[in-house]
Amino acid sequence: MKPVGDNRPVPGQVLDVSSLPTYAFGTGSLMWWSTMGLMLIEGTVFAIAVMMYFYLRGVAAAWPLDAVPPELRWGTLNTVVLLLSLAPNELARRAAQREDRRATRLWLSVCVFFALAFLALRALEFTTLNVSWHANAYGSIVWLLLGLHTTHLITDTIDTGVLAVLLFTGPFEGKRFVDVCENAVYWYFVVASWLPLYAVVYMAPRG
Amino acid sequence: MTSEATPLRDGPAASAHVLQALADTWRDPRGWRGMLAAIDHKTIARRFIVATFVFFFLGGLLALLMRLQLARPQLHIVSPEFYNQLFTMHGTTMMFLFAVPVMQAVALYLVPLMIGARSIAFPRMVAFSYWVFVMGGAFLYAGFALGSGPNTGWFSYVPLASSDYAPGKGVDIWAQMITFTELSALLVAIVLITTIFKMRAPGMTLARMPLFVWATLVTQFMVLFAMPSVMLGSTALILDRLVGTHFYNPVRGGDVLLWQHLFWFFGHPEVYLIFIPPLGFISSILSTFARRPVFGYRAMVLALVATAFLAFGLWVHHMFATNLPEVGKAFFTAASLLIAVPSALQIFCWIATLWKGRLVFVTPLYFVLAFFVILVAGGMTGLMLASVSLDLQVHDTYFVVAHLHYVLMGGAVFPLFGAVYYWFPKFTGRMLGERLGMWHFWLFFIGFNVAFFPMHLLGLHGMPRRIWTYSEGLGWASMNSLASIGSLVIAAGIAVFVVNVALSLWRGATAPADPWGAGTLEWSVPSPPPPHNFDSIPVVHSADPLWADPGGAEPGQLSHVAGLAADAREVLVTAALDARPQSRPLFPQPTVWPFVSAVATTVLFIGSVYTPWAVVWAAFPVSVAVIGWFWPDRAETARALALERRP
Repeated sequence: MKPVGDNRPVPGQVLDVSSLPTYAFGTGSLMWWSTMGLMLIEGTVFAIAVMMYFYLRGVAAAWPLDAVPPELRWGTLNTVVLLLSLAPNELARRAAQREDRRATRLWLSVCVFFALAFLALRALEFTTLNVSWHANAYGSIVWLLLGLHTTHLITDTIDTGVLAVLLFTGPFEGKRFVDVCENAVYWYFVVASWLPLYAVVYMAPRG
Repeated sequence: MTSEATPLRDGPAASAHVLQALADTWRDPRGWRGMLAAIDHKTIARRFIVATFVFFFLGGLLALLMRLQLARPQLHIVSPEFYNQLFTMHGTTMMFLFAVPVMQAVALYLVPLMIGARSIAFPRMVAFSYWVFVMGGAFLYAGFALGSGPNTGWFSYVPLASSDYAPGKGVDIWAQMITFTELSALLVAIVLITTIFKMRAPGMTLARMPLFVWATLVTQFMVLFAMPSVMLGSTALILDRLVGTHFYNPVRGGDVLLWQHLFWFFGHPEVYLIFIPPLGFISSILSTFARRPVFGYRAMVLALVATAFLAFGLWVHHMFATNLPEVGKAFFTAASLLIAVPSALQIFCWIATLWKGRLVFVTPLYFVLAFFVILVAGGMTGLMLASVSLDLQVHDTYFVVAHLHYVLMGGAVFPLFGAVYYWFPKFTGRMLGERLGMWHFWLFFIGFNVAFFPMHLLGLHGMPRRIWTYSEGLGWASMNSLASIGSLVIAAGIAVFVVNVALSLWRGATAPADPWGAGTLEWSVPSPPPPHNFDSIPVVHSADPLWADPGGAEPGQLSHVAGLAADAREVLVTAALDARPQSRPLFPQPTVWPFVSAVATTVLFIGSVYTPWAVVWAAFPVSVAVIGWFWPDRAETARALALERRP
């Protein structure tokens, strides 16, 4: 056993890291891990909210409670727009991975355009739910599900917008391409989490 | 600053000039701006730990008031309504403002030092989490001081917590306090997970991580899965109370048990959020003072992971007194008994460590040894409560109060005090007094048992929880008096601790880098560590690097990293599994934006208690603050571009 006190080891061979890159894509980037963490949290939130829905349905005598199911029109149209938005999102991601700043900001701008479209459609969706949040527990949980998802749409729209502006105005450095990739991954998550929510909000009351 | 042509690079052979540049680069700004702009993980973690201990002392004072009220039958020291607020505030404080956050706060300090990193991942996020936490706790106590204390118990069951039975703002404030603290905890969890996976020194594979880092990693994953449940539950509660939703209102299709499911799906794992990090403290302390690595490293890691999984299958054992199907209860009884297996496995590994070690008896080890006695006692009553029939008999009695304090104080607070004595030299550069440490330990240990052991018997004699007084002639008076005396002895022990800390900061012995002869990396740097933690990042070859090569590396073996910028906040990022060096990103500068964002978030959360529209209008300052936080600085970007190297 060494003596108590200062015991910094005597140097041996040195590992020189000065030639390493300053940023990395995918699992090499810290942003990838934090985005995964965020998606785990948000995914858990959605999963628990869906369980709340079926729990309340389980204790109800009839479902939906004193309401007709929500109209399919806007919700279905919005699902289509969300799925279509995957294309510019993927193109932005690929452009970022090629480190092509011009193409990246072009496709990010298209993404913002899609985001504004589905936010407008989402506003219309709220008007055709055929139930209010204060009518009964069914209305409450439907508004909660749609509200939670809309919060994600709004925050992701702001994220994407700010990133697009930054790509036009600068100050710019290479690691912003990594930010665009992680933003795209989060966008996938927001779209992917909508599909089960769509099934719950629009199909479960009809089942 | 140096010219771009010859950037200052660190390394084991670096000159004093380079070391000075490193310290200057990583130091937080001084003065009042430094107060608000600090992002050094050590600064933030120290503040975080102090804040949680302030809440611990406040929660303890509330408990003393309760014990005073219960010391004799028929006392009228406090009113029944105030008593309800007392136990609600006590439980809420200890669970949400002390036990869970203090473990994260200690990890924020230690993890980078244990894994050989210059910083935590996302240091600004940590500053934001700290501010949000402090503001949330202050909000709860401000409400309490102004007469709007919550009064529905720390778990706030509906329908009692619905607006019909709990009018006023107390429960709303309680529900928003949950939002504050869980937001903070979730962000810290992401930061710690990223740090542990991506910022370990080269060579520190997962199998060479200190057990405390493993315990922290497992705990933070539990945070990710458990906390969303209570956040959603409390959001639904506040929506029911403020905008007329009906999640918990049976008249309109809601269900009160839904709250209990949501709360306990978080609440039971929460016990393990509190209990697993101390398992890491114990492994560190035991191994140092037994002078050998912990017996059965792999078994210990697997036991931690198994405990975390099983912790999610126990929540219904808090609901045995509800009308759930009996077969469901049988399942949860089995799961509750099963979790004793990994716990016992760890205890046997520690006993083996003690058995085969050469023990050095100092205060930290005393606190850990007390853990064995008290936790095993609490675990035994836990096994009893896992049985539905026995649980129904003693449900809502002091037997449960005794059980939970034996588990939480024995499982968390005793090891936490051991950890404070153990790492205090690293945190402050001063040793805590050993003689006062012994006084603290014995007063706390004896006081604890005098206060809480009689509660087992009180519970078996039928004394219910949460009653503000009791009549004479029930046979509860003498044991209640004894418990109250015990609580005063605990308070005396805590007072000795505070004196010890104050004396040590004032004139304590200066701590060397490694006062205990420990084996993990945090002891290789001075006490307290310099702003940049490590003069040069070590290369790791074993689980106890300071023990494996006390005289330095063998000839030809890699020992240190060189080549990170010394005049910019460059850090080393390594691969998640085998810690191969991958990249050297530039970390951000100190800034007030996290503080500003936390203030804006606080305005939103507090405003929403008074008007739902606050969620809309307060979203604007929050967005502005967060965008301001993100928007890059030109000088900073220029520096990044000078160092930049594409993948």
